[in-house]
Parts: sequence; C-alpha cells; structure tokens
Amino acid sequence: MRIGLFVPCYIDQFYPQVAIATLELLEKLDCKVEFPLNQTCCGQPMANSGFASLAAGCDKNFIDNFRDIDYIVSPSGSCVLHIKEHLQDPKQEAAAAKIRSSVFELTEFLTDVLQVNTINASFPHKVGIHNSCHGQRGLHLSSMTERVLPSFSKPEQLLGMVKGISLHLPERKDECCGFGGTFCVFEEAVSVKMGKDRIEEHDRNQVDFITGTDVSCLMHLEGILKRQGSTVKTIHIAEILNSSEA
Amino acid sequence: MSTRDQILNAIRANKPAVTTAPLSPAGQLTIYDDPVAKFTATLESIGGKVEWINKLDTVKEIVHAEQAKGLMVADLLGGHLQESGAYFADKPADFLKDIQLSCLQAVIGVAENVAVWIPESAMGNRLIPFICQHLIIILQKDKIVSTMHQAYEQINTFEEGFGVFLAGPSKTADIEQSLVIGAHGARSLRVFLLDQEG
Amino acid sequence: MKPVPHARAAGNFIKDEERTNWHDDTLWFVREKRDKAAHGIAEWELLREWASQIKNHTLSCLDEYLLNFEKQAIANGVKIHWAADAAAHNQIIYSIIKEQKISRIVKSKSMLTEECGLNEFLHQQGIDTVDTDLGERIVQFRDEPPSHIVLPAIHLKKQDVSETFHIHLGTQKGNNDPQYLTEAARGHLREKFIASELAITGVNFAVAETGGFVVCTNEGNADMGAHAARIHIACMGFEKIIPRTADLAVFLRLLARSATGQPITTYSSHFLKPRAGQELHIVIVDNGRSRQLGRADFRNSLKCIRCAACFNTCPVYRRSGGHSYHTAVAGPIGSILNPNLDMKANADLPFASTLCGSCSNVCPVKIDIHEQLWKWRQELAKEGYVAGSKKAGMKGMAFVLARPGLYRFSGRMARWFLRHLSFLFKSKKLNPWYRQREMPAAPKHSFRNWYLKNKKK
Repeated sequence: MRIGLFVPCYIDQFYPQVAIATLELLEKLDCKVEFPLNQTCCGQPMANSGFASLAAGCDKNFIDNFRDIDYIVSPSGSCVLHIKEHLQDPKQEAAAAKIRSSVFELTEFLTDVLQVNTINASFPHKVGIHNSCHGQRGLHLSSMTERVLPSFSKPEQLLGMVKGISLHLPERKDECCGFGGTFCVFEEAVSVKMGKDRIEEHDRNQVDFITGTDVSCLMHLEGILKRQGSTVKTIHIAEILNSSEA
Repeated sequence: MSTRDQILNAIRANKPAVTTAPLSPAGQLTIYDDPVAKFTATLESIGGKVEWINKLDTVKEIVHAEQAKGLMVADLLGGHLQESGAYFADKPADFLKDIQLSCLQAVIGVAENVAVWIPESAMGNRLIPFICQHLIIILQKDKIVSTMHQAYEQINTFEEGFGVFLAGPSKTADIEQSLVIGAHGARSLRVFLLDQEG
Repeated sequence: MKPVPHARAAGNFIKDEERTNWHDDTLWFVREKRDKAAHGIAEWELLREWASQIKNHTLSCLDEYLLNFEKQAIANGVKIHWAADAAAHNQIIYSIIKEQKISRIVKSKSMLTEECGLNEFLHQQGIDTVDTDLGERIVQFRDEPPSHIVLPAIHLKKQDVSETFHIHLGTQKGNNDPQYLTEAARGHLREKFIASELAITGVNFAVAETGGFVVCTNEGNADMGAHAARIHIACMGFEKIIPRTADLAVFLRLLARSATGQPITTYSSHFLKPRAGQELHIVIVDNGRSRQLGRADFRNSLKCIRCAACFNTCPVYRRSGGHSYHTAVAGPIGSILNPNLDMKANADLPFASTLCGSCSNVCPVKIDIHEQLWKWRQELAKEGYVAGSKKAGMKGMAFVLARPGLYRFSGRMARWFLRHLSFLFKSKKLNPWYRQREMPAAPKHSFRNWYLKNKKK
C-alpha cells in the first residue's frame, strides 16, 4: 500500500507547517508516506474561474506524480474534491480514473481507511470548529444542517480523541466562511463580511483557536483576525491531531 | 408555423431522453395513529383552536347573533346550502363585500397542515371563503386524513370548476417579517369538528 | 443599459453594515423555519427525491404533457395562448385588455410577469395594473422591483413601509405598526379587488391530466381578484406542468415548508373552469425555456418551483440583497437561469457565489444549483464573457502551475517579495485582499524545501 502526500500549492508555499504536521501524523500512525517531488497544483483556481480548459497542464503533471500511488492523502477538502470531480486527461483516462478514486482528504483517510480509534495528542485549549463547505457537502466529511439525515462528523470524531481539548461549534454550524477562491478578491466586500460574521460567532464562544480541514478558509479568517488585532489563532486540524504535551 | 407549433417543436428537439415516472413510495409515507389529535395539535400550533360539536346548533346561534346585529352572513351549512347557494351565486363582488361571516362545510381535512377542502358547490359563490371578514368551517371528524397524499386519494379536486384547500385565516409577514393575521381574506377562522351527523 | 455588476452592487449594499446584518438575520431566520419544518417530516428526503424524479420525467415528455393540458383546458372552456417570448406574452395580455376595453386590473404574484416586464410594458401603453400581494404593492408604490421571489419587500424595514404608505395611502406619519399598515392596505386593495375587471395571476402548478392549475397564496389576493373580475388571465412558464393531480400532494407538501417553514400556504386554489359568465385565459410562455431545455448541463434548472429556499440559505444573497442581482429572479436559481436569457448582461451572476453547495441541499426538487454555477462559469469563459484581465491572469497561472520548476521559482519569489518588499502588497487600492485582511506570513522555506532537508534519504 503506497501512500502519497498531496500538498496543495498554497500550503507548500505559505503554510508548510500544515503539511509537516500531516506527514508526521501519518508516520505516527505507522504509515510509510511518499512525497512526489514534482507536484504543483490541482488546478482548482483556474477551473473555478471558468478556465477548466486551461487545467490540462496541471492535470497531466498531477497524474505524472501520483499515477503509481494507492492512497493519495491531502490536508485539503477543496483540493481533494476538485481532483475527485474534475481530474481528467483524454490521453490517459485510466490513470486519471484511478487517481480520482484514490484521493482522500486527511480526516476521511484517518476515519475510513486507517480507522483510527485513538490519537496520542494533547491540545488543552478552547477550539472552534469551522466546517469547510467542500469537505462537508462535497466529500461528506460531516452531515450538513440542510439535510434530514443522521448526524455525524469525521473531523469532530478525531478531535474528540485529543486530550484536554474543548470543542465549540458556532451557532450557524456550517455557514460558508466566504473565501470561495478568486471570490475572495473579486467579491471582496461580501467575502470579508462573511468571514467577519463567522469570526463573531466563534468570538461568542470565546475560543482561542479556530480549526478546520481547509487552509484556504483558515487563511481567509486569519487575515481578518490579524487585521482585527485578535488573539484568536487559526490552526489546521492536522496540527492539532499531531500536537503533544508541551 | 404558429407560435404553438414552434414552441412544441423546440421542446421536442431539446427535451432529454425519456425517464419513467417514479412510483409512489407508499409504505414510507407518514400515517398518524390519531389524525384528529394531530389535526388539533397542528391547529393549536398556529394559534387556532378546534371546537367540538355534535350538531350544528352552536353555529346556528352564532349566525343568528350576527344577523341580529344587521350583519350579512353567508350560511352555506346543512339545509341552507341550496338556498344560500342560489342566493349568492350570481351576486357581484360589490354585494358580497359586506359579508361579515361565511359558514362553510369542508369535505375533508388534512392533519399535517390543517388544510380543509372546500369545493365550489359548497361555497355558493367562489368569493365567499375569501371576501368575508370572518370564517367558520365545519368538518366531520371522521373526514380527517393524515397527509395530502391521502386527501388526493380520497377526493377529486378537479371534479368541479373550482375548489380550495384552505388552511387558516388569511395572513402576511410582508412588513418586516411581522406576522399579521387578516391580510385580504378572512381575519379569523374557527374550526368546528362535528362528532356525529348534525 | 448594462446593469451594475453584482460585486459592485453588493459592495454598496454592505456599506450599511447594520442593515446588512438585519437583512442577513431576517433571511437566516426563514431558513431556520424551513429546517424545523423539514425535520418534522420523517420522509422529507424521500419527498425531495420523488419530486425531483417527477420533474425529470415531466421534462422528458414535456410536449406530450403540454398538449394534453391544452386539450383538457380547452374542453373546460379555458382559452389557451402561446407566447414565444416576453414581448409576445405582454402583447397577448395587452390585446385582451384593449379588445375588452379594460381599465381596472389587479395582479397577484407572478415572477413570470416580472420576468416579462409586464407592468412596465402596460404602463408605457398608458395602462396601470395594481399589484395586490402586499409586498409587491409596497415595492410598486416605491417604484422598485421586488428583491425576493417569495418575500418581495424583505429588504425594507417597517419605517420604510410606513413612509411609503403615508405618501400613497395617507396613513399616519411615523406609525410603523405592521398591523395598522396591513389594515390600511387591506382597505385600499379591497376596493381594487371589488372594482376589478381583469385579474392576472401566476400559476404554481399546472396539471396535465385535467387542464387545471393551482395558485398558492397566504393573503388570498389571487382569489379576491380572480373571483371578482370578469376576466382571469393566468400566466405560466411551460415548465410549471406536472403530470397528475396526485402529484400535487408531493409538491404542496414541499413548497411552503421550503419557502417559509409553513406546512402549507393558507390558500391552495384549484382552478379548472371559468365561473359562469367569466373568461379564463392561460398564457403559456417559452421566453428562453426551450433553449435552456436543450442545454444538457442546465436543463435541470427548469425543475424549479420558485420556493426561494436557495435564496434564504445563500450566505451571499443574504449579504447582498436581491437588487444586486439586477434580474427578476435573483439568488442562486436566478444565477443559473438568467445567463440563458442574456449571457452578456448576466455574466457576473454565476460568480456571485463561493460554491458552498448549501442551495443544492435545500432545493426541494434537487436541482444541482452549485454544480450548474460552476458549469456556467466554463460556458461564460468559453463564450468570452469573462474579463480579459482575468483570462490573462488565469493563462499565466496555468502556464506556471503546469511546470514544476517554474512553479517552485514563482513560489520562492512571491515569498521573498512578501518578506522583503511587503509594501508592494499593502495597497488597498491595488490589492483587494489587503483592504480588510492582513497578508499571510511568508515562510523562508516551502514544504518541499523542508522535506528535502529533513526527510529525503
């Protein structure tokens, strides 16, 4: 079983600690993890802007890097969803199809494939959970408030195994943070307003940290928090699950 | 080519491949053990109240009281249906606007939403359920079903030229989402459940 | 005249943050009421699937159902008209008005007539209609379009309504009591109903089996007009057809719960025949629907029953207001319907979304709204309706991201600039991100750098 780490471009460049935590966590869980060295980006930024037609180069590069991997794991719900739904290469459809069915977001890999029951982590802080949309509604990482279906949450399930943690959901459990890819700059006013409203709900719970499965959401919220001079920090779920007694 | 044919041709050219009509998931639809209790509870939850009677006398008293005040009442109940029906049938809106109270008998009631079915033949005039200031509905208690599915199974809503499922007094929340009862239709609705033939 | 793009209009809306919060909270409350109603029905998800399949089936046999509907309706004494587009729809109604020498017209809520611009068209011919839905009458007095297809005046506070009624109805200045204001409207509109010669209504559901149709209201205004006036014209987009009377149970159980959280609207009026001495007309309208039917990716948008659940759940709609969408039908469903009507004017709409997917999951007929939004973006880019600058940027990005070496170099450069020349990024004018957010920190090393140093043996 070959496990390959897919590190989203902006995590590779701006939040390497999230990828480091992901790798270390998987190794702690006895996984031998490879990191294909020439990966770049899943192509989502272009595709969501209407230019999926320009993503062929990204697609080909992704397939080249991950073709022989059995489980592709990534600390990003939206990137994983994009690969699952849109990765294609007319010249190598079989390879693309294999990858589409082999890609996992980190928390679903832990709960569904590794079936983790205990995690040796300690994070004695008040933590607010942000349910990132693509992971939740696209990958079904947790149930959504719109549907009349049984309640569950893979991220919460894992966080519940962390010692000392105090988890809090905002009142609107799964409202979007407002990042939305290029939406964050082309509809800046709405984007930021949505982010501010999320933060306000977390502030009401007086959390010290806001966590989630997607760095894109966290980066957007962090930008606002810093501008507000807030002491609340954002942290990716991989970093919490990988944490230990100080 | 007529517009009609142009449109139909465009539809034929563009419609998707045929998919079959779905079957009713019959066994999985809600059926209440006690539809009357559910009907009562639902009516209470929207601020209404069921009143129990075993004959129409109570309602007749209300009708007479209003009439004694010189107010116009459209009493379409029991023996009065034929008479009042004929009386109001061809009256214009300008006449009917003075109806203070309409009393109508519904054919069936639905527990999940307190909607009651009133066909045109029970109205006398199509405006009568709407133009009145206040509305009284009589319904036989054994004519209450659980959901809309059963209602449509038991009655033919297109048997007559017009009919209405009516589920309360008229209302609106168009002004800053504040609920106001009594928009254009009736300002109040009283539901009387008839326990036996009245 | 090119409409103000959504982003700019929304930006203006949000400037009044308090009012935005109020608008957002009000509509979120409606979403919560919808949730409560949905959770009260054990078979809710089953109903959605059932309704979705009925609509899918109907679209696949649409011409047959329309023909049967027409046949039955004509046998019932109803006059059927077919309109290819908005202009034809308006003309048909105008002809009836002129022929019958009508001057007193009342109209209940019909998004189709909004879409066709009926009121403005008639006004230009010197004919005025009175919108009788309370919310619509309010915006009519204010000379504004409705901002929501179910709650037309949701963007207005009671003070706004009070001022408007003071001017148009002579109500007490400063009396904001909704009960008082509604009573004033009741009296005013009652006169209009009673005097009306023509009542125009919409159609919520048209039943192919019988030629009858259903109109749903809480206020009773559709009925007050239709049963008083000597002529009733019901306007419908051809996708309002459903096959059988029994199907109404499915849709009537879903519609009001999805729209406002009520188990059903106060009135669900079933029209089959004109009353004695009355004329009943139905205008069946295409206006781009047959074209949408031919778009495999987008035809499911025609399943819409106009409940507006998608509006109420959309975090973008709640914070931009319906007017920012510059069309008759705003919100998420509007964003997948309107580009079909005019790609150029509505190219901004599919981008007024984060693709969060909430809309698709409240839709009672399971329209894949968020997926269609994504697909419309591809279509618009292909047709050249995405800004040249954006396209150039994307081309540049695609070039870099396809080349590992160039990607790594660009990333390193970006981080270097952020660390050493951060002032370049700190222009609120040139960098929209920076207007209200700090830039992310720029680490010295990428993950790959760390990996090569620490892990690669």
